[in-house]
Amino acid sequence: MTDFGDILKDFLVESYENLDQLDQDLVALESDPDDADRLASVFRTLHTIKGSAGFFGFEKLQAVAHAGENLLSRLRDGQMRLTPDINDLLLATADAIRTMLQTIEESGSDGENSYSELLRKLEEAYQAAPSSGGEASVAGEAPANTQSVEVSEAAPAPEDSTAPAEQPASPPDSSEGKGVRPTEGSARPVAENQPRKSSGKASHVSDSTIRVDVALLDKLMNLVGELVLARNQIVQFANTQSDPAFLNASQRLSLVTTELQEGVMKTRMQPIATIWNKLPRVVRDLARQCGKQVRLELHGKEVELDKSILETIKDPLTHLIRNAVDHGIESPEERTAAGKPAEGTLSLRAYHEGGQVNIEISDDGRGIDIDKVRRKAIERGLLTPDAAATAPDHQILQFIFHPGLSTAEKVTNVSGRGVGMDVVKTHIEKIGGSIEISTERGRGTTFRIKLPLTLAIIPALIVRTGGERMAIPQVSLLELVRVDPRDGKDRIEWVHNAPVYRLRGELLPIVYLSQVLGLEDNVRRSSDSVAYLVVLHAEGRRFGLVVDEIVDTQEIVVKPLARQLKHIPVFAGATIMGDGKVALILDAFGLARKVGLKGNGNATAAAPTRGSTGSNSRTVTVLLVALGPDKRAVIPLRFVSRLEDIAPGAFETAGEHTVIQYGDRLLPIVDLVRYGSGAASLSEREKAPVVVCNDGHRQVGLLVDRIVDIVEAEIRLHPLADDPIAAGAAVICGKVADVIDVERLFTSLPFDPTPVAA
Amino acid sequence: MSRDTYCTFTVCDYLFGVPVYEVQEIVRNLERTRVPLAPEAIDGLINLRGQIVPAIDVRHRLALPPRPEDIEPMNVIVKAGGEPVSLLVDEIGDVIEVDAAKFEEPPDTLLETGRDLIHGVMKLDSELMLLLNIDKCVCVTEATRSESR
Repeated sequence: MTDFGDILKDFLVESYENLDQLDQDLVALESDPDDADRLASVFRTLHTIKGSAGFFGFEKLQAVAHAGENLLSRLRDGQMRLTPDINDLLLATADAIRTMLQTIEESGSDGENSYSELLRKLEEAYQAAPSSGGEASVAGEAPANTQSVEVSEAAPAPEDSTAPAEQPASPPDSSEGKGVRPTEGSARPVAENQPRKSSGKASHVSDSTIRVDVALLDKLMNLVGELVLARNQIVQFANTQSDPAFLNASQRLSLVTTELQEGVMKTRMQPIATIWNKLPRVVRDLARQCGKQVRLELHGKEVELDKSILETIKDPLTHLIRNAVDHGIESPEERTAAGKPAEGTLSLRAYHEGGQVNIEISDDGRGIDIDKVRRKAIERGLLTPDAAATAPDHQILQFIFHPGLSTAEKVTNVSGRGVGMDVVKTHIEKIGGSIEISTERGRGTTFRIKLPLTLAIIPALIVRTGGERMAIPQVSLLELVRVDPRDGKDRIEWVHNAPVYRLRGELLPIVYLSQVLGLEDNVRRSSDSVAYLVVLHAEGRRFGLVVDEIVDTQEIVVKPLARQLKHIPVFAGATIMGDGKVALILDAFGLARKVGLKGNGNATAAAPTRGSTGSNSRTVTVLLVALGPDKRAVIPLRFVSRLEDIAPGAFETAGEHTVIQYGDRLLPIVDLVRYGSGAASLSEREKAPVVVCNDGHRQVGLLVDRIVDIVEAEIRLHPLADDPIAAGAAVICGKVADVIDVERLFTSLPFDPTPVAA
Repeated sequence: MSRDTYCTFTVCDYLFGVPVYEVQEIVRNLERTRVPLAPEAIDGLINLRGQIVPAIDVRHRLALPPRPEDIEPMNVIVKAGGEPVSLLVDEIGDVIEVDAAKFEEPPDTLLETGRDLIHGVMKLDSELMLLLNIDKCVCVTEATRSESR
């Protein structure tokens, strides 16, 4: 009876799919109860299941499907309107069917549960409406429904396929079921007798598609990976050969391999809709359960992702949605009181960006109470109160992803147990993705998930450093820069102990790869020789990675690292190169974190991420300077063009102003120290550090006591009244610092604006 | 009387044995790619027919002196926790059958490093064969990395 087993399997797979569709349709119907097409679709689905159940002899399943179908017939005939309560019943029916299908899958029978309670309720609801021969119409409709069912040539009993048209159904009647899976030949005559309400979409699709076991696709993908490696080896070997026939063949092999790889990868791609389609139901149920009104908006359903990635993000996504509905979006009363529409909006957006897929989940709920997170973090001993008081908000928000931390007041069965967010993060990071969070009190929360398109084969840049060959995924690559100090001013400069490079006028923090990897200690010497910069971006920051040599770009097959090496954050995996040797794959995120965590946070400071957080504080990169023993100030890095050490003798006076001769111009000097707590005067010092700022038109030199660091900080400005130089004060790295108002300084300059040479 | 089959190899003139069913294969010296920041006992990654396998230096694990330059290490590929791992040893010995009765616990005087990795001794006629605990041997974590810089 293997044939029968196959048919049963088909039935199960198909029914699961139909049930998912049913969920979607029912939820959609709730907002538009008069959508006749959807009603018909729901009806058809249930009818199909009922019929098949009869054919296989699953009587309980058949009874439940039948009762649901009866109720639906009332709705379809307009004798009843779909209310949320009825919809609950119908959804419960779908759930019961799903449970029974699972039981069938596991044990081969539809289980012991006869769902008498559900059946009774369905019957009550059915009786509540005036009867008008709904039964008959159920039966009459049946043959038309067969058009929407996948045609299976393996289905037996074609002789029964026309039965439902003639027989008034008296369910449970198994003969009706047999008609649901007619052979191709017998389906047509039935169709001709019936008014066609629906186009036979499914049967068209089934003509050109087949089901393939995912395990087989995985195996194919692995094989293609091996083929790509072999191809790389041959292509490399071909470079040393001159036989034209061989070169031709290797080129063709290369092309075909690439196409094969793309093709196999495509077979694994699925639209994100495959997991999103379940969400309307989830949101609806949750919203009803929590007494909330939530509208779900889905944008970018068609964006495709590798199946294994979809599988991995399914649960994290559902978790985020549950969180958003349960304690993101407020109750209708609360929302109205806050002047918001009673109905909350939960919007999901998927889109491509830079070879990655982004998914945004945003709600317009109450936002995350950062102070509460702060308190919880202290309570749990994750933060000292001192550190908590000074840590920037975005840092505090990260504790959301810490195990055991929940800000929900009460634990519901939906969320608030404090498990989950850490799992969400782990799952996403496991597949090379990342998750960011931004929130605003009273306005809502947005989670942004970034995912790679596929896991197995990626384009990468091959570099060499300290004698080692390494691969850098193209995803994190921005550009390549060759810095040659011998031709002019182009060189790596130092801000205190942090190397930087001026990339088109903006300071780019520099990371020496050999140093990060511990291959080389002394890097300062190399500032004078040619350097190759690989400009990378990770977590919204940019930095320049100095490598010894840039080799080429290649498609590489990502292989995971052995568990003994998994803890090294700077490596994402390993790959096998064309010559058969192993090369490590660098992880831009890990690199950024490693250099950031080592205390020289300057190395990871980056261009300001404009408008990225959307909250009232913003993250900017600033130059931290000391204006005396205990006074500090910050200068926004975007104004800083140069750092100079000026001999005290160079300071001169022009009119009432201090100036220095700078290039062929006079550079006005503002003595920030004088405004501080009275540090050493100029004459007592050997050299005075001057921060040269320009706004594109004018230049000014700011005399400071000491240059401390470049930091990326979230600036919460506390205004200072009447301060001549500061726009306000902010807490930077745990200490209060004045935020220098550079723009105001420019307006008080003694000279006319003179254009600054670029 | 039960007899077990062992694959033997030498490390620093000691004879070691591991059950033969734990050994996947023996491979000559393969080029290793060094892994910066890795635990020191990991002497790089090798390409085992398309599979990337970490190579663990048994000398380092047992706190023995480093292998002289003129000895080419051999790779004993073992399956540990489902993943293949290469154990770098000095020389490959034989596959021998040993009477289970010749087993003895390691002496109490064995130091901690060895006690962890050597879980017994087989008293062969000519010499002693040390039984290497593979699971412990491949368990190289961050903690075992000495700060070299």
